[in-house]
Amino acid sequence: MTEEVVDNEIKESENENENIVVSYKDVKKAFGDTVVLNDLSLNVAQGEKVALIGPSGSGKTTIIRMLMTLEQPTEGTIEVDGEMLWHKEVNGELLPADEKHMRKVRGKIGMVFQQYNLFPHMTIMRNCTTAPVNVLGISKDEAKTRAQEMLDKVGLGDKVDNYPSQLSGGQQQRVAIARSLVMQPKVMLFDEVTAALDPELVGEVLEVLKDIAAEGDTTMMLITHEMEFARDVADRVLFLDNGKIAEHGPPSEVIENPQTERLQAFLGRFNNS
Amino acid sequence: MSWDWEFAFEVFPDIVGAIGVTIGATVVAYLISLVLGLVFTLLRRSSFKPLSLLMAGVIEFIRTTPPLVQLFFVYYAFPMSPFTTGAVVLGVHYATYVSEVYRSGIEAVPTSQWEASKALNFSKAQTWQKVILPQAIPPVIPMLGNYLIVLFKETPLLAGIFVTEMLQVARIIGADTYRFLEPIAIVGFLFLVLSYPSALFIRYLEKRSGKLHGSAEKGVKT
Repeated sequence: MTEEVVDNEIKESENENENIVVSYKDVKKAFGDTVVLNDLSLNVAQGEKVALIGPSGSGKTTIIRMLMTLEQPTEGTIEVDGEMLWHKEVNGELLPADEKHMRKVRGKIGMVFQQYNLFPHMTIMRNCTTAPVNVLGISKDEAKTRAQEMLDKVGLGDKVDNYPSQLSGGQQQRVAIARSLVMQPKVMLFDEVTAALDPELVGEVLEVLKDIAAEGDTTMMLITHEMEFARDVADRVLFLDNGKIAEHGPPSEVIENPQTERLQAFLGRFNNS
Repeated sequence: MSWDWEFAFEVFPDIVGAIGVTIGATVVAYLISLVLGLVFTLLRRSSFKPLSLLMAGVIEFIRTTPPLVQLFFVYYAFPMSPFTTGAVVLGVHYATYVSEVYRSGIEAVPTSQWEASKALNFSKAQTWQKVILPQAIPPVIPMLGNYLIVLFKETPLLAGIFVTEMLQVARIIGADTYRFLEPIAIVGFLFLVLSYPSALFIRYLEKRSGKLHGSAEKGVKT
């Protein structure tokens, strides 16, 4: 009897955290002696849109690169959907995860890069279908249907037979977004996806991002220098400074009513320009 | 010693008859070097340190000893036919050079391509097969082609272990008739006739490899 009660209690406490999809616990990252992130603890809820802002070198890129397994945390753990990403628990001990485990967890994450990183040797269609066919194991036809749907969504449904080098930067970035969407990740990471674009091309990419955000279910973590965009899209804004979250909250607080001097100075730079 | 046209025409067919052996040895050795070179490169890049160090040692050892010495050693150490010995030894020797070519091609693929592959959750093998090698190899095809010509011109070494390729036939004729000038000159001429068009073809490949995938523009500039 008593055991059952205890069981129920555990289940209840799990239910409380059910909607947490990404969880950083006391994460530290150092390159040699340089500490770029310190004591980061952060929970991101299912469907939440989190914008990360801050000066370069503040650690915001490291946060999402660790989640994509491109950078290994020096200390601490990261959980995705309740499963540790970099570690495996064996007999109560934390051991480094093997590639098989990491691939399983990594499959829930997708990422769009500043430099698009399309595969130059593949057509737009193959850029979008190679991973679904080989990684998810779906049929070529289904992958094509899905890819076409996503490419239509980003407004490039007629470019399927082109190569990346034949598209503009903004178009390439939209393909990169579609390519990531076809994999249907639970969490999408965006690393300054408009930073490499000519100013007149920024708008088309932000529009696509807004559409995805409006559709709801996908959890998004975005690093951006577009403050207006962050304010429109994000549920929560994190201001990173010197490897720490210096301020956080809804955009109406963080962006419109900054508390710390550092954030005021940081935002001031955007208002002036 | 004076040049004798009549003699030259007389022995010409015999030497041409050996061209098949020369080409055969070249092709077999080259195929071995292309496949084994890639294996060398991948093992050299293994994240398992002892394996990668061992491979580095093996490559260095093969590359720093003369192919002729290797030919003699293998010929007298292993019971293989002269032709097999020759093709395998030259193939393995050239695999070490070819492996360097692959390495340069692989290192020219930007890190961002590896990262994109990870973000799409490709396995290691899929990343190599679908993303890295298809970008690494086309640009180095002209360099690989150069090694084909160099390897082709090295096949007379096989005369040392009695493979009846062109030079060996010329030497046999010389030994029989005490006339070496004409047979050797014919061998040189035949190599020229075969190498020169190949060199032209490789130059054509070089021009083409700049124009892959839609335009000459590749990658992204910051």
